[in-house]
Amino acid sequence: MELFHDVNVDWLGKKWYFLGFSLIFSVAGVLSILFWHGIKLGIDFRGGTLVYVQFEQAPDLDRLRQAIDRAGIHDSRIQTYGTATQRQVAISLAQKETQESALDTGRETIVGALNTNYSSAGTANQGKLDLDNASQGALTQFLEQSDPQHLVATTDAAQKYASQAAAVLNHRDRDLGGIFSSIDQLNGVADPAVVNQLKQGAYLSGFHVFAADIIGPQVGALLRKQALLAVLYSLLGMLVYLWFRFELIYGVAAVVAVFHDTLITIGAFSLTNQEITLTVIAAILTLIGYSMNDTIVVFDRIRENLRISRRENLTGVVNRSINQTLSRTVLTSGLTFLTVLSLYLFGGEVLHGFSFALVIGILIGTYSSIAVAAPMLVAYQEWRGGRGKKAVLPAGKKARV
Amino acid sequence: MRKTLLIVAVLLVFVFGIFGLPKGIGPSAWKTALTDRIHLGLDLKGGIHLVLQVMVDEAVSAETDNAVARIQAALQQGGFPARSVLKPDPKQPAVIQIQGTPADKASDVRNLLDSNYGNQYTVSSGPNNSWTLTMKQTEVQTIEQHALQQSIDTIGTRINALGVTEPTIQEYNLGTNQILVELPGVDDLSRVRDIIQSTARLEIHLVVGGPFATEQAAAQSVGGTVPPDDVVMAYGGNEPELQGQYYVLQRVPIVAGDDFRDAQPSVDENGRPDATFILTRNAGDRFYQFTSTNIGKSLAIVLENRVQEAANIQQAIRDQGRITGLGKDKAQNLSLMLRTGALPASIHYLQESVVGPSLGADSIRRGVLASVVGMLAVLIFMLVYYHGAGINADLALMLNLIILLGFMGFSGATLTLPGIAGVILTIGMGVDSNVLIFERIREELRAGKTPAAAVDQGFAHAWVTIVDTHVTTIVSAIILFLFGTGPVKGFAVTLSFGLFANLFTAVFVSRHIFDSILKRKQRGEALSIG
Repeated sequence: MELFHDVNVDWLGKKWYFLGFSLIFSVAGVLSILFWHGIKLGIDFRGGTLVYVQFEQAPDLDRLRQAIDRAGIHDSRIQTYGTATQRQVAISLAQKETQESALDTGRETIVGALNTNYSSAGTANQGKLDLDNASQGALTQFLEQSDPQHLVATTDAAQKYASQAAAVLNHRDRDLGGIFSSIDQLNGVADPAVVNQLKQGAYLSGFHVFAADIIGPQVGALLRKQALLAVLYSLLGMLVYLWFRFELIYGVAAVVAVFHDTLITIGAFSLTNQEITLTVIAAILTLIGYSMNDTIVVFDRIRENLRISRRENLTGVVNRSINQTLSRTVLTSGLTFLTVLSLYLFGGEVLHGFSFALVIGILIGTYSSIAVAAPMLVAYQEWRGGRGKKAVLPAGKKARV
Repeated sequence: MRKTLLIVAVLLVFVFGIFGLPKGIGPSAWKTALTDRIHLGLDLKGGIHLVLQVMVDEAVSAETDNAVARIQAALQQGGFPARSVLKPDPKQPAVIQIQGTPADKASDVRNLLDSNYGNQYTVSSGPNNSWTLTMKQTEVQTIEQHALQQSIDTIGTRINALGVTEPTIQEYNLGTNQILVELPGVDDLSRVRDIIQSTARLEIHLVVGGPFATEQAAAQSVGGTVPPDDVVMAYGGNEPELQGQYYVLQRVPIVAGDDFRDAQPSVDENGRPDATFILTRNAGDRFYQFTSTNIGKSLAIVLENRVQEAANIQQAIRDQGRITGLGKDKAQNLSLMLRTGALPASIHYLQESVVGPSLGADSIRRGVLASVVGMLAVLIFMLVYYHGAGINADLALMLNLIILLGFMGFSGATLTLPGIAGVILTIGMGVDSNVLIFERIREELRAGKTPAAAVDQGFAHAWVTIVDTHVTTIVSAIILFLFGTGPVKGFAVTLSFGLFANLFTAVFVSRHIFDSILKRKQRGEALSIG
């Protein structure tokens, strides 16, 4: 089986189409960043509170918003998280407190609001244990105090109740996905006396806080700085390596192509109004590496062909090099795209932003090595030629074969 | 043959890296063997991630507080008492001011200060027989560094008392006096907070006046504004009639923090919980001297900047005392804190993340599903597209995965969800080297070369490109590792391991398989490469 056989496309002849295509996407992204959605930074860069809640019943977002409003939080952002069947919600607050010691108040207010306004049975549960949110320590303590198995005289009571508590919570978190629909679900999991005691002394609030992120303003600022530096340094590192292996202009062309990919990817995040988080930055760095790979494969072939045929003009050599590497380019991109697509489809909500960035990045990265890096290289050499200087060719540097 | 042996040996070594030596043969034994070797990150296992800021200024301040007391005593003993020795500005904890030393003894005072404090402080004289001592920058840094290290040690001991397996407690963002705490498998944030945060800074101060109903009244009692060597503190014990009241105390404590050796929860004669504290020997001597000369005055026991209890000195006390009015939890916490050593400064929270076990379990399921689907798609495609050579590529890919996971097992690196993404991406990009080589071999075959020559040329040409692409990707992985935090670091680690594994499998292993196939083929027989 073969995808491309003896292709002979004049890629450089289409450079104006490419330029138009790139411009449309970059400009659309930039316009969205400047005038429409802007760049939506995740909580890790902004600082703030993000609480993830799992509900037993499909949550009504309006009711939720009212509940949180009543607790005095008016600038919260409430979004469903994952698919509708998972019944999960992410509630985020911007960081207002400059005081780092007040870090936890946002989370506490949200949980408090959910407790008073959302839990199904309201005040009748005062003083009871919320089994949906109980921690190992709290549940063990509850069992020790109520002593349903009458173990108080025995020496290993604490240990036995701790293992009962662990069994209950393990069932909740691993088998039931974090939330009970009825305490009867514990039949057969824990000792019957324990289950009975829980029916009397515990209740189900109907929600479970399964994760929380709280990031102080200092940390947010630091992470912003680090992410920016990481992107800049990795571009610089590659520029230097390519300068060393080829010529400066090759490095510059590759870095411009990669910058173009980064810009379009960030633009896509702005256009689709998605948050840029720390993992998205990791994905952007990956696509920088990936797109660079693609460009290098083409450049390597150009270098090799230039050594073989010194007479042929640059445009011809570049076109031939792109055509020769075309099946490799398409195959590799296709296969990497397949794996990234499986991440996007099956990897779940946590990796959603990460895989989205890579899905876009791999498409654009493949395109840019052919449509941005190569034409830029040729355009520069022609411009030099026009000023009567000799083209800078890396052929003089001996490739290690 | 020797190459085959090498490849098999590498395979065995890395399988060992993944599983170690399983203690049984059933699937569950392999599973526990796997989870023993490959450490899961907080995002997969569930747990707590904290970034703490140590307020090192306080340690500097405590040191200068001590110096103030010592200077006062030294001047007194030397026979040139000062009108006041104090720290003029709470915002500048490193500055001490001495005022009103005897005018005719200026050079003696200078000598005394220089010889006793010249090492740590810059001494300068001001108008009207005043002196300013400013702690030297190197000294400040030493104290800060020491406070940070001591905080890390103390928090470590406390966390160990919680019984967490594999906790991480280390310096974070060098030079910012921050601490990173990672506690896998723990989801009880409030308990962790209690244990870490309660600085349980226990101090005993001399009471200047009180209790007063309001803060203003307390300030009024010392002339409207609180003088720099006094401090107003709220009552924090559990006597109902003292709630909301304030005391005026001498700012510099008589004994504090490190001076306490231990505390034990106990029960008073009415059956109410309290705690007994024991002072170190040095502090005991100091405390004895102080209490014996101040009988009849009041002392306040201060816990975390709140007056826990105030009582008259009835007799000289050496090294033991009792703190009443503590709940059982507070008494137990206090005892734990004092036994593990006090924090040298208070702690602020910069970042808290809690990942519940349900999210972790879900992430593992999804990560594994995505990897399996991605991997299968690639394996099947390679077989369809390259036929015989596809088997070659698939073997190399699977070996790549084994080496990558084996690396993780050997190095004790942590697998995170972005790390799993890194594994999947490595599969996708790992196939790149194979594609580069195979496409080149096809080209050479089309150009009319014999299979052997085509394989040789294909590998030779592709090698240059493979080196270039791997080096650039490793550059970005290293930068990601240096700048990334937590999960992102895990991604960088798997990506780099995967790239190294790939150099071995795609170039060496794949080449060896080609060579051994070619050896068995008749001259002129075609190579199965699609």
